[in-house]
Amino acid sequence: MSGNANGYKWIGTRTIRPDGVDKVTGRAAFGADFSLPGMLVGKILRSPHAHARILSIKTNKAEAFPGVKAVVTSADFPEIPASEAIKGSSPPNYRHLSQNLMAREKVFYDGHAVAAVAATSTAVADEALSLIEVEYEILPHVTDVLEAMKPDAPILHDDLFTGGVDPKPEKPSNVAKRVEFAIGDIDAGFAEADVIVERDYTTEGIHQGYIETHAVVANMGEDGQATIWCSSQGHFMVRQYTAGLLNMNIGDIKVTPAEIGGGFGGKTTVYLEPAALLLSRKSGHSIKMVMTRDEVFRGTGPTSGSAMTIKIGAKKDGKIVAAEADLKFFAGAFPGAPVHLGCMCGFTPYDIENVMAVGYDVVTNRPKAISYRAPGAPIAAFAIESAIDELAGKLGIEPLALREINAARKGTRTAYGPTLGVVGFEETLEAAKNHPHYSEPLGPNQGRGIASGYWFNVGGESSASVSINEDGSVTVTSGAPDVGGSRASLCIMAAEVLGVDIGQVRAVIGDTNATGFNRHTGGSRVTFALGMVVIQATEDCVEQLSTAAAKIWDIDLEAVVWEGGYARPAGDNAGKFEPLSLSDLAAKTPMTGGPISSKKSSNVQGAGPAFGTHICDVEVDRETGQVKILRYTAIQDAGRAIHPGYVEGQMQGGVAQGIGWALNEEYVYGEDGRLQNSGFLDYRMPVASDLPMIDTVIVEVPNPTHPYGVRGVGEIPIIPPMAAVANAIEDAVGLRLSSLPMSPPKVLAALQNGA
Amino acid sequence: MSALQYKAPTSVDEAAALLAGASGEARVLAGGTDLLVQLRAAMIAPELVVDIKHIPELTAVSVKDGVYSIGAAAPSAELHENKELFAMWPGVIEAMDLVGSTQIQGRASLGGNLCNASPAADSVPAMIAASAVCVIAGPNGTREVPVEEVATGPGKTSLAKGEFVVTIRLPKKAPRTGDAYLRFIPRTEMDIAVVGVGICLTLDDSGVCTTARVSLGAVAARALLVKEAADALIGTKCDDAALANLDAAAQAACRPINDKRGTIEFRTKVAGVLARRAAAIALERARS
Amino acid sequence: MAKNHVTTTINGEPVEFLCETQQTLLDVLRDELQLTGSKEGCASGDCGACSVMVDGRLVCSCLVMGVEAEGSDIETIEGMAEGDQLHPLQQKFLENAALQCGICTPGFLIAAKSLLEKNPDPTETEVRYWLAGNLCRCTGYDKIIRSVLEVAADAKRA
Repeated sequence: MSGNANGYKWIGTRTIRPDGVDKVTGRAAFGADFSLPGMLVGKILRSPHAHARILSIKTNKAEAFPGVKAVVTSADFPEIPASEAIKGSSPPNYRHLSQNLMAREKVFYDGHAVAAVAATSTAVADEALSLIEVEYEILPHVTDVLEAMKPDAPILHDDLFTGGVDPKPEKPSNVAKRVEFAIGDIDAGFAEADVIVERDYTTEGIHQGYIETHAVVANMGEDGQATIWCSSQGHFMVRQYTAGLLNMNIGDIKVTPAEIGGGFGGKTTVYLEPAALLLSRKSGHSIKMVMTRDEVFRGTGPTSGSAMTIKIGAKKDGKIVAAEADLKFFAGAFPGAPVHLGCMCGFTPYDIENVMAVGYDVVTNRPKAISYRAPGAPIAAFAIESAIDELAGKLGIEPLALREINAARKGTRTAYGPTLGVVGFEETLEAAKNHPHYSEPLGPNQGRGIASGYWFNVGGESSASVSINEDGSVTVTSGAPDVGGSRASLCIMAAEVLGVDIGQVRAVIGDTNATGFNRHTGGSRVTFALGMVVIQATEDCVEQLSTAAAKIWDIDLEAVVWEGGYARPAGDNAGKFEPLSLSDLAAKTPMTGGPISSKKSSNVQGAGPAFGTHICDVEVDRETGQVKILRYTAIQDAGRAIHPGYVEGQMQGGVAQGIGWALNEEYVYGEDGRLQNSGFLDYRMPVASDLPMIDTVIVEVPNPTHPYGVRGVGEIPIIPPMAAVANAIEDAVGLRLSSLPMSPPKVLAALQNGA
Repeated sequence: MSALQYKAPTSVDEAAALLAGASGEARVLAGGTDLLVQLRAAMIAPELVVDIKHIPELTAVSVKDGVYSIGAAAPSAELHENKELFAMWPGVIEAMDLVGSTQIQGRASLGGNLCNASPAADSVPAMIAASAVCVIAGPNGTREVPVEEVATGPGKTSLAKGEFVVTIRLPKKAPRTGDAYLRFIPRTEMDIAVVGVGICLTLDDSGVCTTARVSLGAVAARALLVKEAADALIGTKCDDAALANLDAAAQAACRPINDKRGTIEFRTKVAGVLARRAAAIALERARS
Repeated sequence: MAKNHVTTTINGEPVEFLCETQQTLLDVLRDELQLTGSKEGCASGDCGACSVMVDGRLVCSCLVMGVEAEGSDIETIEGMAEGDQLHPLQQKFLENAALQCGICTPGFLIAAKSLLEKNPDPTETEVRYWLAGNLCRCTGYDKIIRSVLEVAADAKRA
């Protein structure tokens, strides 16, 4: 076990997660599993039109229906003027968020919320929705990013002017902003190149696909104090956003986190919570709101689709001298496509002197985009990693070797500014080259593709407290929801610092009153940043424990060492005292100065950027265009794998999502702008029979800023797969597919046209 | 608001009377795997649901003189576990096996799959190819109808008010007969068929095909029985030339639509491919 | 509209409940009986998170009417462990980290249990196709499939 190999007691071992038994017995309470006595059912009325003006909403019939206790519309939400849209230094734009959660003058997509009701049962609530009369003036709509950028496109917001261009435009546009990241001289770079590849790529809208739909139970007391029970990726975020949207004091809202049934970025915002509180206030009852799957697809997420152009130039010997990306991402109804992140991450695996990455954030009549696992980076990587593959072919150099020639390493300057510190990209390439998968022979119509990816990972505001209980057991309380097993990792880190048995440590996710502020779970930050404050708080407890021992033994603190879960005298000179365990010391705390606990809050910096390299084998059925994934190996630098089982799980899960994105997932809109596949039947995520075992290799190039070397692992794995699959298809049948998804009709058409 | 009533009759006559006598819309409940989805999505709003699973004939499977009588509401999982039935009609059983997940298989039935009348229903082309016949009960007694005459269009059947399918009968299989069903879906499971092809063929003792039935699903408003495709095989040894003709005939018969599951062009092309592949399997089964 | 009175057996215990005709078995389990271990992921039979056994058959409880439970034998995730003794599948899932968020886990456990009861020595392909009706978005299925195969192998050795 790697734990023992590195000299650690618990780091790197495969402990059983502390919340595990609840999850395998069905006891764990997710968002929809909670109930309060006397609660009402809340439901949302959604627009059936892609783009329309709301002329009137009549709710009197609904309000009068027996069993209906409250109806709310945007009239019940505070109006947020543009000048107050940004509160403090963090996103979101509250004005846009408010309009997204409850439409004001216009609806912007099929599924846009228009009203909400609270009733005594689901059946009554559904009836109430059908009694609300909304008069719409239907407007022309646009769902395609290139169409939305055309000068004659229907304009969604007449107060949206393209940012990042000079001079500021006079006419409103669907282009919310233009961003640019550049180093060197791009034209000079291309002039030097011996070989250039240039190609257009497109991707479709993609949903995070979490199995748990959004759910909330909310209560607004007569005193204006609110309690919310919901699953989310950040209950502090829920509190902050809800307060901002309803003009409430943050301290008047308490949010208790439920277990979360998948998020992947899609639950880093609010949808139901404010409406639920307003319904509660109006009705005088608690409210439970649970989205249906249809609502999840029509009213939440997704991530952007795109139109991209990539141009890369290299010398004959394989050195890349110029790289250019033009990325147009659609954001849905309100600005916020993660195009800047795509620009930042796309070329970073490569040390290139001349880079120009330009991005456009474009609004379209689709649900408002939200993060999806390394937002923006997988989209850009599909195009860029495909281009690298095409370049390798034109140069006559193996794709892996081309990456080795140009690999980013410590000291490489990125196009978005920072210089890389210690990173493990080359190590992942080396591991790929040496893996048996790399040299396994292939059969007819089979092909192999390689692709890599980069994500910077984040740290962020984190707060935790560690308490030594009266019997020597340890409670770690933190405030970032556990999406992938982070409670196991936090227990491991605390147990490692204390030197005690893992079974003695429990990790709890407290409500918003229990700890200081926590940024939401995302950016692959929890094991790193929460881990950091947990380690610091635990070390502080160790100091308090040592101080207590020193008091008991009547020696100086410097004469006490903490080792293997015991306070011991530092040497013979300190005195011959029996070692004192955690339980011994905890029992004596009334005499030694009081309860032992510590809390830490910090805006953790120094997240370790990470890289991954994937190998994918496919087989193509030339007569039907169906692509089968034969074999997949994901290699990733985790810095230090605290719990290897959960690191592997993150890798395998991200790969599966990437394969779905590559082959079959897409939003399908009709001519009328309505979403046609708002369910799991026709939004085709991979099922168990679609995938082989996903082999993983964890490379460890420790992050120097973390005590155990941790780098975030959750997001990298979704970045390489789409290009890995596309490159494998190219290897199998000699066709470069540049439009996602690479579904059978598109593959078959390409085979027939020899594209 | 819904005033939905549920009744579970224990005889065919009782069920027919309930269905015929309903003042509003009445629906038959077999496995429920289509009905409950439609109820939940408010696509239908019946006043009465008649659960036919408590009527013995509806779930029984029996064989007499080589003729199989399959209760229209018998769950697919049970049919799959019936080794003799599976061995006799692998095409029909494999086709029904493809409907949904294992969970769906625990409830879904041939009768339900047929009467839901989706143009893409998997079991239907296989049943048509196998010359299956439906025994239909109603307020005026029973009648028998070839399977291909039940569905008339998407969601529509030729059943009159009060009628429901009681039994699906598969004929006595001639020697050297083989059946097969293939479908195309983008994933490996869980999708509605983009194209489905059911073929049943019989060989004489010199290996020449004497009879054949070719049925295409998901390429028209209902499953098609394509005589021209069968003619491409009859009188031949199902060699490559015959299969090429079969391919062309299958493509020519397609009248599909463009929708989120497939384009006209794709469905047509793949219908030909699957016809060839299904014929090869049916041939192999006929020979063994 | 009068409610339906239903008598049934759940996890070996006799149970009675009242339900509206349009309530599914899943609605009844979660909302009337507070057995919230079975989850609603889609309400259309496409995700398997609501999987239960009815009279020994693996089904989606979102596609069974509450009234149909009359006289039936129903097994849910709540009945899988025996007292404080976890079922081998539950134990194996924990040891192998075969769950991340855990929302799909009850459905997978019920489905896997029903597989091993029918086919105690399945191949990897057979496991994958049997479980194709259970969606997981977190794990990529790898550790789930391995866990089922290992439990089968352990039982074979024993």
